[in-house]
Amino acid sequence: MSRDGLRVRGRSQRRGAKDGPDAGPADRHPGEAAGTALRAVGLSRTYGRGENLVRAVDGVDLDVPAGQTFAVTGPSGCGKSTLLQLFGGLDRPTEGEVWLGGRRVDHLGERALARLRRRAVGFVFQSFHLMDELTAAENVELPALLAGASPRTARRRAAGLLDRVGVADRARHLPSKLSGGQRQRVAIARALVNEPLVVLADEPTGNLDSAATHDVLRLFDELRAAGQTLVVVTHDERVAATADRVVSLRDGALADDIRLGGDGGTGLGTLLGWED
Amino acid sequence: MQDVVLALLAKEPSHGYDLRRRLAAALGPLGETLNAGQVYVTLTRLEKAGLVVQEREDAPVRGPRRKVYALTASGQERVAAWLAETTGPRADVTEFHLKLVAAAESGLADPLALVAARRRELIRNLAEAQRAALAHDANSEAGLLLEGVALRLQADLRWLEACERTWAARAPRGKGGGDG
Repeated sequence: MSRDGLRVRGRSQRRGAKDGPDAGPADRHPGEAAGTALRAVGLSRTYGRGENLVRAVDGVDLDVPAGQTFAVTGPSGCGKSTLLQLFGGLDRPTEGEVWLGGRRVDHLGERALARLRRRAVGFVFQSFHLMDELTAAENVELPALLAGASPRTARRRAAGLLDRVGVADRARHLPSKLSGGQRQRVAIARALVNEPLVVLADEPTGNLDSAATHDVLRLFDELRAAGQTLVVVTHDERVAATADRVVSLRDGALADDIRLGGDGGTGLGTLLGWED
Repeated sequence: MQDVVLALLAKEPSHGYDLRRRLAAALGPLGETLNAGQVYVTLTRLEKAGLVVQEREDAPVRGPRRKVYALTASGQERVAAWLAETTGPRADVTEFHLKLVAAAESGLADPLALVAARRRELIRNLAEAQRAALAHDANSEAGLLLEGVALRLQADLRWLEACERTWAARAPRGKGGGDG
């Protein structure tokens, strides 16, 4: 029941962003319309005990409004990947709460958590994690099938998404026949196939050259315009700078929170040195 | 140069020789290009501008009492303004570096706070450059220029990470006190 609630909410959020004024009650800014997509309350994850206690994530409070893109940055070992795993239910917190679309998820049982991961969360990884034996299209269809979609629906959605990410002509290729950038775009299509509440990306451009990085960033930008909530962990400042918010982690705790976009910055003239 | 010399005087009055030594230490091999007379010329100008005054040293450890330079009230003000001002996207690496050194020595500002403020400023600039870059074909002339602008900003941000590491390791606070 509440699972369906999640899905309905995800859809209305997207519709609000795409269809504009005629979308009824969801015609406000997508961020406002759907409230908080992801919430962390006093989130901590420790490993070991006593002398060897490591606080990978240390008391993080964070609200990710629906429709916003967040970048989580920080030096390696600052806990940013662990934080993402806690958000996506791949790991469980030692303390604190994780809420997805208004539902507390950190204490769900294994099966419920697995179901939630499939339906409400889309993952994108640094090394793509595509299945080598499956074609690009099959890789995208698989999570839809696992979530209960009919083969026909899964095929239709996969085809649409591969087109959207610009690799429709590679749909029948195996991952080994694709470039890194193409593989990551397939992985992004896969992350979107169940219309997740939130897409979580861990160093999505870490294995890509600058041209492919550019493509992925452009794609993220399109997703943002369409109202997709996105949390990206990255050590690449250029990736972080494309988000709505940049939060910095140090030793597992939030150290800074920068809101980007909106109110005019210095202007490109200043960047080019034409201020005088 | 004027601002740096002023800021180094904020901790305590010093002689020209001592100022030059501290500058050389902060600049390393880059300090070798610093003309020996430059510090004295700067001090004379600052004195004329009423930002520093010469005083007799109180109690020299050894040798005769020498002249030391001390900040006037308006000198203090100028140092505070210099430390607080944001430097703009094309600010000089050396100037910012010296600002951190001077902030730490004088205790007038927290170097880590300066780094954080600069980081915020650069991220905002980078966001602007990136937005523009994404809107252009990377292979166009405009795209190429924006790529250069973004890469420069990225380099500055990476250097700030190094600044943060170094100054965090030197900070007197932050040891022991886990949560504040």
